[in-house]
Amino acid sequence: MGTYREACESGKFVVSGEIGPPKGTSVDTMLHHIDLLKDMVDGLNVTDNQSAVMRLGSMAVSHEVVSRGGDAIYQMTCRDRNRLALQNDLLSAHFLGLRNVLTLTGDHVSVGDHKDAKEVYDFESVQLIQCIKRMNEGFDWAGNELEGGTDFYIGAVVTPESDPIAPQKLKFEKKVAAGAQFFQTQAVYDMDNFQRFMEYARGVTEGTDVKMMAGLVVLTSVGMAKYMNKFVPGVFVPDELLEEMGSVPKEDAVKKGMEICARHIRFCIDNKICDGVHVMAIGKEEIVPEILELAGLI
Amino acid sequence: MIISMQKPIEEILQSLEGEDTVYIVGCGECATMTQTGGEQEVADMKARLEEAGKTVVATDVAHSACHELDMKRIFRQSKEAAASADAFLVLSCGAGVQSVREGTSKHVMPGANSLFVGNVKRQMVFEEKCSLCGECVIDEYGAICPVTRCAKGILNGPCGGTNNGKCEVDSDKDCAWVLIYNQMKSEDKLDKFMTIHGPKRWNAVERPGRIDGRAADAEKGA
Repeated sequence: MGTYREACESGKFVVSGEIGPPKGTSVDTMLHHIDLLKDMVDGLNVTDNQSAVMRLGSMAVSHEVVSRGGDAIYQMTCRDRNRLALQNDLLSAHFLGLRNVLTLTGDHVSVGDHKDAKEVYDFESVQLIQCIKRMNEGFDWAGNELEGGTDFYIGAVVTPESDPIAPQKLKFEKKVAAGAQFFQTQAVYDMDNFQRFMEYARGVTEGTDVKMMAGLVVLTSVGMAKYMNKFVPGVFVPDELLEEMGSVPKEDAVKKGMEICARHIRFCIDNKICDGVHVMAIGKEEIVPEILELAGLI
Repeated sequence: MIISMQKPIEEILQSLEGEDTVYIVGCGECATMTQTGGEQEVADMKARLEEAGKTVVATDVAHSACHELDMKRIFRQSKEAAASADAFLVLSCGAGVQSVREGTSKHVMPGANSLFVGNVKRQMVFEEKCSLCGECVIDEYGAICPVTRCAKGILNGPCGGTNNGKCEVDSDKDCAWVLIYNQMKSEDKLDKFMTIHGPKRWNAVERPGRIDGRAADAEKGA
């Protein structure tokens, strides 16, 4: 397998999956998911204390993905570390062979399981992008020359359904200007909206090598879809998908969600909407191969 | 002003356990506005402590509890009461409490929690808009402070948690970045919104902060 970066730069339709490290030391399921997916996708994101819930670390698991022959997209949030710790971790990650970093500001501690913790945000996503770019150029944030610079492929996120969208668009443009090389979007479900967003985004990235991947979270029940509409900012599941999910018996809901996800992947490929997809099954990674098969990708 | 809120009476009584005589100190400035330690609250606290079997040897509402010379003057004037008190209960922010600390060697108990530097929206409605970061940058943001008013204090635009213009951390609060965007748009300054801002210089004030203005005055005089 080549690297995620090579896949992105080759111009092929890129597919990535996601691994959420467990809360604890029982890693069997996670390792099973890594082995199942590593050769089927171009890269595997590894989340970093996702939803501000304390878990096994992103760097260690990203390293495991690479050790097992896959390529990892090391997710890094700014919530838990100041600029010294972030750069220290970047050098450590580079030492361990990680080459793709997805930069995030990070969910606030108040949504997680250590609500009394002090959130950091010494940097936020745009500044972290800038910092990695500088480290790639051989300098740390303070301007000191590194004894050997880094060689990271810099990723970022954008929320196409953000409400309001106008300031979110400007933030996206700042991330491009700061040096982001690929984007994975927050979950999108309304493909017409996404198509319109991508027309705008293509305008912004025109003349650059910036790659855009649609973030697709597999629906597994009507309840999940309704929950996201109600509680997850920047995610919008349209009525027709709610109806479609509700049209099948409960035991077939996952299957229906997989079909919808595969259909959206196909839509992106057939209409050349974006450069790839990032498929998130949130703990149900064993269904991802079948989704890719349904979409005709394997 | 400093927004404070009285601690629960149970916590106050617990801290004063075994101490029979108490001197209550309030503050005529912020703690009066927030109804934490003004004349009325000090009188109410006296009644509650007496109900709980304590002897309140004196009460004073300082002009401003954070003024250490003022506090020392009060204790000089109430020398006997101060000497007879087992403990001092201070109904003000933490600065006032530590001003009392400078004036006595006895047990000093904070009777309030200090919350934030707040603007007064209307009577008893306060909002945090400045966090005393040491280097004001709000000219870059339509005079709306993202360091304080964004839950994450981020400097380059909204995070993904904007929800109908509200903050995902608290849906009663506006997303600071939507406010900033709207303000800059109305000033026709969205080009400035695109400036990429570096992180804050957190050493703009070395903590704990200390300024000796006398040196500057001397220079001016010379």
